[in-house]
Amino acid sequence: MFRQSSPPVPARRRHVGGPGRRILPGMAVVLCLGLGLAACSSSDDGGGGTAAPGLGAARGGGTLTVAVASKPLCLDPQNNSSNGNTAISRQLVSSLTDQDPATGKIVPWLASKFEVGASATEFTFTLRPGATFSDGAPVDAAAVRANFDTIVRLGAVDAVAASYLTSYQGTTVVDSHTAKVTFSRPNAQFLQATSTAALGLLSPASLALAPEERCQGRGLAGAGPFVLKEAVQGTEIRLTRRADYAWGSPVWKHQGAAYLDGIDYKVVPESGVRVGSLLSGQVDTVIGVDARDERRLAAGGATELSRPVPGITYNLTANTERPLLADASVRKALTKGIDRATIVRTLLSDHYRPATSILTSSTPAYTDLSADLAHDPAGARALLDAAGWRPGGDGIRTRDGVRLAPTLIYPGVDTASRNVLQLVQSQLREIGVDVQLSGLPLNQLAPDQDAGRYDLLWFGLTRADPDVLSTVFATTTKNRAHLPAGNPLDTLLAKQSETLDAAERAALVGQAQRQIVQEAYSLPVYEQAQSVAFAGRVQAVALDGSAQPAFFDAWLAN
Amino acid sequence: MTVRHLLLRLLHAVVTVWATFTLSFALLYLLPGDPVAIMLSGQGGVANTTPEQVRQLRAAYGFERPLPEQYADRLWAALHGDLGRSVGSGDTVVHTFATALPQTLALAGVGLALAVLLGVGTALAAVATRSRRLSRLLLSAPSLGVSFPQFVVGLVLLEVVSFRWKLLPAFGHTGGSGLVLPAITLAIPTASVIAQVFARSLADVLLSPYVATARAKGAGRARVLLLHATRNAALPLLSLLGLIIGSLLAGSVVVETVFSRDGFGRITAAAVEAQDIPVVQGAVVVSALVFAAVSLAVDLVTPLLDPRLAERPATGRGSRGWLRPQSA
Repeated sequence: MFRQSSPPVPARRRHVGGPGRRILPGMAVVLCLGLGLAACSSSDDGGGGTAAPGLGAARGGGTLTVAVASKPLCLDPQNNSSNGNTAISRQLVSSLTDQDPATGKIVPWLASKFEVGASATEFTFTLRPGATFSDGAPVDAAAVRANFDTIVRLGAVDAVAASYLTSYQGTTVVDSHTAKVTFSRPNAQFLQATSTAALGLLSPASLALAPEERCQGRGLAGAGPFVLKEAVQGTEIRLTRRADYAWGSPVWKHQGAAYLDGIDYKVVPESGVRVGSLLSGQVDTVIGVDARDERRLAAGGATELSRPVPGITYNLTANTERPLLADASVRKALTKGIDRATIVRTLLSDHYRPATSILTSSTPAYTDLSADLAHDPAGARALLDAAGWRPGGDGIRTRDGVRLAPTLIYPGVDTASRNVLQLVQSQLREIGVDVQLSGLPLNQLAPDQDAGRYDLLWFGLTRADPDVLSTVFATTTKNRAHLPAGNPLDTLLAKQSETLDAAERAALVGQAQRQIVQEAYSLPVYEQAQSVAFAGRVQAVALDGSAQPAFFDAWLAN
Repeated sequence: MTVRHLLLRLLHAVVTVWATFTLSFALLYLLPGDPVAIMLSGQGGVANTTPEQVRQLRAAYGFERPLPEQYADRLWAALHGDLGRSVGSGDTVVHTFATALPQTLALAGVGLALAVLLGVGTALAAVATRSRRLSRLLLSAPSLGVSFPQFVVGLVLLEVVSFRWKLLPAFGHTGGSGLVLPAITLAIPTASVIAQVFARSLADVLLSPYVATARAKGAGRARVLLLHATRNAALPLLSLLGLIIGSLLAGSVVVETVFSRDGFGRITAAAVEAQDIPVVQGAVVVSALVFAAVSLAVDLVTPLLDPRLAERPATGRGSRGWLRPQSA
């Protein structure tokens, strides 16, 4: 599913690329059948590659070929942390901390120890000895300072990374292996941020280069398990492993260097072609499989690993300043009118889940609010009746001569979303609401969403920290629901950003989710899934804390 | 062919490229929407950038200055071979296209060769065969060829030849084998156009008096067709060359996407979607350069093939004189 312009932030795109990619990827299969060729998706080596990672000992060597949807715009993870880029650039850097995908807990990585001051304004990292960047420079406190200083100085160029460092005051080099990062205001999300690729550390020499140079991979030196060997313009990125790598994350299954000699990323924009290439043995692994290609993948004997992307669900956020949706009972009726289970069952695949909160179930501090998101058309009609909206001759409700026809904006190029939204539209028509779908070109979407020219805004957003709610709903940031400053949600969001105690913060975040869902500031629809598929000889590919593919433990069987 | 004629044609080419540059500048810069905002939303950055940061970025790309100033600057830079930097990748536009064009040229070159072989072959066979049924079949094949969308042809070829038979790779630039399927896909519509035009023009030429003369002198069927008729019948094809090159470039957008090739088409498509203005403008300028170069080459070569034009060197409308009904 296409998230190119997910309004507020990134980047949970299933795939990105030229518009040509939109040319009916399912067409090949349909046509094959039409021509009388049996089972287009059949594969000679079906069933291979499904062995559990535990079977046999991992062996080193070999190059993994990975088909990705889009050419990475930028190989510098600090500069561009959209998912399409991170799938590659994540392998080039190590971070101060890591996030355990199973528990969401922050664990040591380059920092063997970290301490957060009681007010959440001071973070002290003790670096493990011996780690080096691929250009030979040591990973020391001065390098940490150089990284954060550069990100803040570059500002919008490193937009996502810089947003993690909001109210950054500076980094103190306590000694060569101790760095203290100070903020002028409490910043509880910063610890998780240090686990992301966006704050992955680069060598001081790379930081001195122009951002454009680093984007092209020239002189880009991180401390990751792989280094960039070659970027063949637009079609292929080759990485080789660092044989001296010895500072792996404790989340990984082994220590030392990676098993693979290298990783070859091939850019294959069409989902159908990626799947066909995997099943015909032309690639080992595929990142990004469209829901409509998943059955073919399973029939061909490939294994698909999938995880809900942490962050904000695909949702419809209401502009509460607009006359139609200022009334909470109308918003609540809309959320009751949406049948999320049917949407997922008919248009998506088993890997996707209906939304059960504004956050996805893989986000830390997610709270299950499925009871508030149940399909209840009768309840919806009752709410609208009580609010004075009466069905007109065409079944659409009106009040004082105004039709209940809210405008919904979404990226027009996102055909997969359009299908989902058309179903939402027909479901809401059942309760007498005539949603006006408006698929906007990208150049119009950005200004419209910033100016609030919508009743409902469609987007999803990736971040493995509940602070993502502040990004979207706090009145000091994007305020997509157009809430007044100082509203109860604002207070909750500000408080959680200052709270370090995990349980206490989770309670605040839980309240915030409840506010958003029960007041229907936003109508969550479904959880996006990130998936990686592999076949044949590939073993032990995993998804990390941000649901990005991790290849450190991967190996190739004979 | 006089020097004056040559200079005039060169001037035409230069004016064409300049006008295209200017028009594309006007259109692209007057489009609603802010390229920097789009760039940031693509990267997921919009959420937390301050207006000040956005302004700085706009200034860095030169989007803040008055329009005439931006235009003059960009034109001056373009004259020096600098088409700016991609907003998306940060790479220079010239470098972006310089690395991509060889792939597209190889693809288009092989595609063109295939198209000519296929198109000319079909037309010759249709005219030469004594079987009316075969002739009709061959003459209707081109209509079929142009009606199949290129991406359908490409996907069917992929599904059958690459995924099922595993004969050829589905993507990439791995030597010649990776070029076969995309070149075939690219060639089919072009071959159809060539076949249609060439068959029609062959039929016309075969009715002309000099062919009758040749026959009367005892030239055989094959000799008349291949030696006497083909040369004159090929002239309209040459004038189509600009169009053909254009359709190959346009086809590369679809073919390069389906076959995961990097090149002019893919870059252009991605840039249009991302509203990467410097790259889109680069694509327009490169296309204009290619068209101008091809028309110039056609103008220069035609008189060599058709001596009637060499004797009557003319500019502008006269140079298409051989397209007129032959009155002599």
